[in-house]
Amino acid sequence: MRYLPHTRDDIDSMLKVTGHASLDDLFNCIPDHLKTKQGIDIPEGLSEWELNTHMEALASQNIACKTYTCFIGAGSYDHYIPAIIPYLISRSEFMTAYTPYQPEVSQGTLQGIYEFQTMVTELLGMDVATASHYDCGTALAEACLIALRKGGANRKIAVSSLVHPSHRQIIQTYIHPAGYEMVEIPYTKEGLTDAAALEKMEGIAGIAVQSPNVFGNIENLKAFKTAADAKNSLFIVSFTEALAYGLLKNPGSFGADLVAGEGQSLGIAKSFGGPGLGLLAGTQKQMRNLPGRLIGKTKDANGADGFVLTLATREQHIRREKASSNICSNNGLNAMTAAMYLATVGKTGIREIAQQNHDKAVYLKKCLTASGFEPILDSPFFNEFVMKAPQSFAEKRKHLIQNNCIFAGLDLEPYYPELKGHYLFCATETVSKKDMDHLAKEVKS
Amino acid sequence: MIQQPGASGLIFNESLVWEKSRKGRCAMSLPKPDVEKSPLDADLIGDAPNLPELSELDVVRHYTRLSQWNFGVDSGMYPLGSCTMKYNPKTNEVQAGRQGFAGAHPLAGDEFSQGALALMYQLEQSLARITGFQAVTLQPAAGAHGELCGMLMIHAFHAKNGRQRAKIIIPDTAHGTNPASATLCGYESVNIKSGPEGILDPQTVAAVMDEDTAGIMVTNPNTLGLFESNIKEIADIVHAKGGLVYGDGANMNAIMGIVKPGEIGIDVLHLNLHKTFSTPHGGGGPGSGPVAVGKTLEPFLPVPRVVKELDTYRFITDRPDSIGRIHTFYGHFGIMVRAYAYILSMGAKGLTDASRLAVLNANYIKESLKGTLNLPYDRPSMHECVFNDEFQKEYHITTMDMAKRLLDYGFHPPTVYFPLVVEGAFMVEPTETESKEDIDQFIRAVKSIAQEAKDNPEQLKKAPRLTKVTRLDEVLAARKPCLRG
Repeated sequence: MRYLPHTRDDIDSMLKVTGHASLDDLFNCIPDHLKTKQGIDIPEGLSEWELNTHMEALASQNIACKTYTCFIGAGSYDHYIPAIIPYLISRSEFMTAYTPYQPEVSQGTLQGIYEFQTMVTELLGMDVATASHYDCGTALAEACLIALRKGGANRKIAVSSLVHPSHRQIIQTYIHPAGYEMVEIPYTKEGLTDAAALEKMEGIAGIAVQSPNVFGNIENLKAFKTAADAKNSLFIVSFTEALAYGLLKNPGSFGADLVAGEGQSLGIAKSFGGPGLGLLAGTQKQMRNLPGRLIGKTKDANGADGFVLTLATREQHIRREKASSNICSNNGLNAMTAAMYLATVGKTGIREIAQQNHDKAVYLKKCLTASGFEPILDSPFFNEFVMKAPQSFAEKRKHLIQNNCIFAGLDLEPYYPELKGHYLFCATETVSKKDMDHLAKEVKS
Repeated sequence: MIQQPGASGLIFNESLVWEKSRKGRCAMSLPKPDVEKSPLDADLIGDAPNLPELSELDVVRHYTRLSQWNFGVDSGMYPLGSCTMKYNPKTNEVQAGRQGFAGAHPLAGDEFSQGALALMYQLEQSLARITGFQAVTLQPAAGAHGELCGMLMIHAFHAKNGRQRAKIIIPDTAHGTNPASATLCGYESVNIKSGPEGILDPQTVAAVMDEDTAGIMVTNPNTLGLFESNIKEIADIVHAKGGLVYGDGANMNAIMGIVKPGEIGIDVLHLNLHKTFSTPHGGGGPGSGPVAVGKTLEPFLPVPRVVKELDTYRFITDRPDSIGRIHTFYGHFGIMVRAYAYILSMGAKGLTDASRLAVLNANYIKESLKGTLNLPYDRPSMHECVFNDEFQKEYHITTMDMAKRLLDYGFHPPTVYFPLVVEGAFMVEPTETESKEDIDQFIRAVKSIAQEAKDNPEQLKKAPRLTKVTRLDEVLAARKPCLRG
């Protein structure tokens, strides 16, 4: 096997040093009754070209193996990834390093993530950002736990029903064992979270709202900040489309205490939903409650600037059962990717991409309206919106995927049973006017 | 004399990324707008985030220089104990990068994602066969996430049986993530000590195991690199009182094809694809932490589950006892592709050989260095061995000094000061992919450093000298946190 360097001679001379007669003898410390009687029941190893054939056969069973036009988002977005990003992130010094426990030989990772933290705080208008989390859903669940732990007698978290359905399920999984409760804030016919519904809710430790919400609409975050203050609870904002904040007012400017987001849009492949990038940021006051790694600036023995993992006393390897979370490995390489992406697009680029996303989505909505779709749950949106489809659409949609490789919207009924025949559409900078005109023509009833 | 790998060379200085920014530069060209501009209401729009403005070469040079300040497995030996820093095969990157995988949208629908579902199904099956369990979930995003998933299942099991329990037993050799994961499930940790031989004594477990205890979390092989040979007796004690046994499989690299944790009394086990199954650590992630379970816990696995019906795969969510969802989609699919490619490349024999050679390498280092460094538990090692700085104390040299000096020799240091049961621990895990020559070079480096500790301790105190920066002031970083520029 090409990954195993030992020759027969190597093995023999090493066994002489260890004092064993054979490789099997190395396992004499394991009682026989604990050893497995059968080997591993999997096939023999493949050569590299056999592997290529096998893997290409599997990959070709995914429709994504062809060039397809993507009009779905819902937490995973089709954005253009500049060639330099995969090129740079493949540098093995980044890819094959471990967590930067030895800072003297990890300054590349450390400075890169420090820059990532800084750019995320710029994007979100927050004081502190962590070195990353797994994804938005798990970052949001951790943010909810921060609020609940500080909530005292207030043992409920109010979560907008327009927070991504998977994220609400994760919150439920995370908070349930400790006996906390999630209450959902209903939505209005404008496709926005109903802030007025919060008035009647009692015992709330935190309020979590997604903006743009799962329908793509931009929430009135100010109203939720006011509600959170009135209830003396923490205000948590989440998002699945990071590029929205190239254009929109950031969560920090509305007084968010904690922000949890998905950073997949920042140069990371969709990769069937993972690994993405969990973003987690807070105000200065929340700094020591944040879970996961933080990189800080310091000096070396010669007085030169350098970077280290810091505030480790929040973390599991020091605090064990008293840690702020159990997270250890995060999504560091994707955080580095996002930093590269943000540095590549820059201040003007991010604005222009965000604007193009919005413009295309507005155009798509107009096209679909002209083709017989009904605008519904209608409010200002970023790059996603909901439409009620004509009767015949479900069949046509399937046909479009199979024959034209066009993914025309996501059926919302499995997530919101009351929204039968409603579809969530998305347009990003990767779809052209021609693509959208084509779709409009195909779906016209 | 054979040269050590560490040498000095030209290292570039590089400023912070925003210090290179010049107004008007952009490293990305966008297509010209082909639709009309539709401005949002002014009150919704914020200022553009203050990101750096750079040319494409600025970006390339910045990250190339940064990368050169890093040390990875591809740079040299990285014997970081408990982390299994084996070679990350390059073909795995090619497989994960295929358009059909990397470009797949998670909500494309089962019908149009059969390749991805088949891969997940087959990987689950392979991991179940390697570990001797009934079923596997690939959803956890990292090892600690897998621990949380496993503990949530134990919690759900006790809830289903009608009486929740309050405590969990955790040995002193456990990873720090174990107690933290248990706490997230509301369990109070009952810490127990390992015996004088570095492994758990069943009597110690029996003394604390009761009907208010949910179970025990055991790492096997443990963090001293020793096999917990009483595991079956311990499992029997825990099971007799209605508890369950959680296995931390971070050290699975020692026992593939030798021991199947599912056959020795363990009820639930997490794996680290980024350790045992060769996926890159990426400077701290993304990893992947699948969880394997036996029949008892199978109903509690997170949803969605992949199932195979005839020749078709689909996701199911209708599982009433499931702990629910723990990842937005299905976990770190891109990492699964790499691990699957690794398992296919290795085959049953390759995986078993990997474990045998990993154990050979560790024992070889242990035997070669035991006169040089103190070995608190001189017992047959599995895939790693733990020394400490006892012999160097008279020269006022610590584990940290030796670790830093190793950098100058061109090696990444072992894990230091962990496990906590060994004062000044120096925990070496070479992995199977290091050759005898590289290991011999490492052994010579450690011996040479031990000699320097006697002859020239100042040289160790001042180490490292060849790196981009020298020792960093961690106290300053924590006292005055500066977390953004």
